[in-house]
Amino acid sequence: MLTVHTQSFAHGVHPEELKEQTVGLPVARLPFVDRYVLPLSQHAGAPSEPVVQVGDQVQRGDVLARPGGFVSTTLHSPVTGRVRALAPRKHPNGQMVAAFEIEADPFATQQLPRREPLDWAAMELDAFVEQVQRAGLVGLGGAAFPTHVKYRLPEGRRCEHLVINGCECEPYLTCDHRLMLERPAAVIRGIEIVSRLLGADHSTIGVELNKPDAIDALRAACHGRTDITVTGLAVKYPQGAEKMLIKALFDREVPAGKLPLDLGMIVNNVQTMAGIADYFDDGKPLIERMITVAGPGIERPANLVVPIGTSVRAVLEYCGLRAETRQVVMGGPMMGQALASLDAPVLKGTSGLLAFTEAAIHHDVEYACVRCGNCLEACSNLLNPQKLARLARGGRLDELEQACVNDCMECGACTYACPSGVPIVHLIRTAKATLRRRKGSR
Amino acid sequence: MLILTAIGALGGLTLILATMLVLAHRWLHVEEDPRIDAVEEMLPAANCGACGYPGCRPFAEALVTGKANPGRCTVSSPEDREEIADFLGVVVAQQEKVVARLACAGGTNVAPRRAAYAGIDSCRAAATVAGGGKSCFWGCLGLADCADVCDFDAIHMNANGLPVVDEDACTACNDCVEVCPKDLFELHPVSHRLWVACKSQQEGDEVLEQCEVACTACGRCAADGPGLITMHNGLPVIDYSRRHDTQVPIQRCPTGAIVWLTDSGPQKGPAAKRIVRKGALHNAPT
Repeated sequence: MLTVHTQSFAHGVHPEELKEQTVGLPVARLPFVDRYVLPLSQHAGAPSEPVVQVGDQVQRGDVLARPGGFVSTTLHSPVTGRVRALAPRKHPNGQMVAAFEIEADPFATQQLPRREPLDWAAMELDAFVEQVQRAGLVGLGGAAFPTHVKYRLPEGRRCEHLVINGCECEPYLTCDHRLMLERPAAVIRGIEIVSRLLGADHSTIGVELNKPDAIDALRAACHGRTDITVTGLAVKYPQGAEKMLIKALFDREVPAGKLPLDLGMIVNNVQTMAGIADYFDDGKPLIERMITVAGPGIERPANLVVPIGTSVRAVLEYCGLRAETRQVVMGGPMMGQALASLDAPVLKGTSGLLAFTEAAIHHDVEYACVRCGNCLEACSNLLNPQKLARLARGGRLDELEQACVNDCMECGACTYACPSGVPIVHLIRTAKATLRRRKGSR
Repeated sequence: MLILTAIGALGGLTLILATMLVLAHRWLHVEEDPRIDAVEEMLPAANCGACGYPGCRPFAEALVTGKANPGRCTVSSPEDREEIADFLGVVVAQQEKVVARLACAGGTNVAPRRAAYAGIDSCRAAATVAGGGKSCFWGCLGLADCADVCDFDAIHMNANGLPVVDEDACTACNDCVEVCPKDLFELHPVSHRLWVACKSQQEGDEVLEQCEVACTACGRCAADGPGLITMHNGLPVIDYSRRHDTQVPIQRCPTGAIVWLTDSGPQKGPAAKRIVRKGALHNAPT
């Protein structure tokens, strides 16, 4: 029976969920395309270092680039084919960055070479961390932070509690939901591996209550296990942010500038857990991921397994891109980024592609801030967004730093809540970029 | 009686504090050179920082102590500098005028936009959204942050949305250099006439889809100016410590990315493709 929790964190907003387009659609697979573009930098941290040459033949799952440091990860080829180029290519963030271009072999079966399951149970933690880095795994919720970095526990630290994020609080996105419904066993298997190797006492999966079927599926999959709990949470944005999730589940706060590990916790996304299971059981590194393709500009919305490196254009055209589409967003509508080019590739951290028509885009007319306080009530980090926006507009960088601008995670709740249409997050993001530039020049 | 007590108490307190102030004034007195005030009066009070000091007052202190020369102030007129020098009994060091130069020629007539940006009207804000939506990632976004930040009204946007620096008005205060999110401004002595007006690191002719006056990294200028120009990151780099008053390197440039700056504007070499388009390029569809 589903117990009704009203557990959640303080503040936050309730955007329209808009998930009905894709929530009932089983995950399909995007057919292979001719070309794949794989930027060396698609995770947080240092770019990967190339290990193959232009012209080399590569198999699906072969390593293209090795980690360029500890906070960096491995890059694998998503297809069997030939390395066409290692040259600047368009990144979704607008930059031109060094990337591999792989031409798929049209006659290859694209079958992943079979590999013996890894004997993870006998592994030391260090070996495990190295294996996760070899798998190329990053946080698949969107931040793309290399997963293995979280697992290297500093001296004297222990992970007591493994927290799994199945909130999927962004509107439109349903790929995590489908994963929990269709592959709950893989999620539980990943949790089993990670919690065992980290020596965690307990694991908790937080799922928002708008996904009762996913909660049931996960509970069924971990039936009889006492070390895994599935908790339903009140539906609210941004519950998927790790600090908010911890607050919602355990009513504990991660202080500013600290990590969940300071409370003895590690937070991972459900897709990351399934990725762990795929690598340790089947030897499949992170070469593809699930994304949701939706929005009013899409004729056939879908949840798709997409090889990393597929161009956004190929994905959208497969799903029927309407000619009236005026904006394409990578990620969710709250935190995702608008794309300037459809030639940019799907990255490891891409959770969705949303296409919007003119009618669906709000061109907010901006009015003066009326000090209504809606943004303060929206901010789950308990910042004062209207003050930050005002300081950012005035270029008062030192005061911004004092007002903890760097604690802002740019979730967009304040902009969503603002009745005056003030682009609060954009102002904050711009000021943060200016601050970073100033630090860099000193 | 009560009122007398109050007057007495407050009066006494006033007396004690006043005495302390007088004593402090006497014992803690700092001898300050009166010339600092005088020199500060003669400075333009722009507090622009072009001299390398935080403002006019610290610069005046440096002048009086002989650590700086009046020539460092680029805002004052030559007469004002002479006046300060006379007052301090020094000679104005001949400093060559330094101005801000823009390393981009990709106006709306030659560089299309790839996506329409509809957010806050500022280059810095636009740069945070997929780089600003211009087809060339390195190019000028044209939203005039540099013109807004210029205290000396030395930067104006031209019809193609590119900032043009008025070299007479520019004081090389560095504000535009700091504000530009694409790092397109650099300070250069006015005698630097050979100039690379492009920052695109992309190599090859594909770059021309993004901007018709971009550097294709063909290397002709480097071949024609051996030693003077080297190719680095797909761009020519001019070594201004060598003799650089030559127009030879611009002669064979196929796009006009390397130019010769004249008083009437940049001059391209004869091999550069002519730009025939009159109006602005339309926004390319996404």
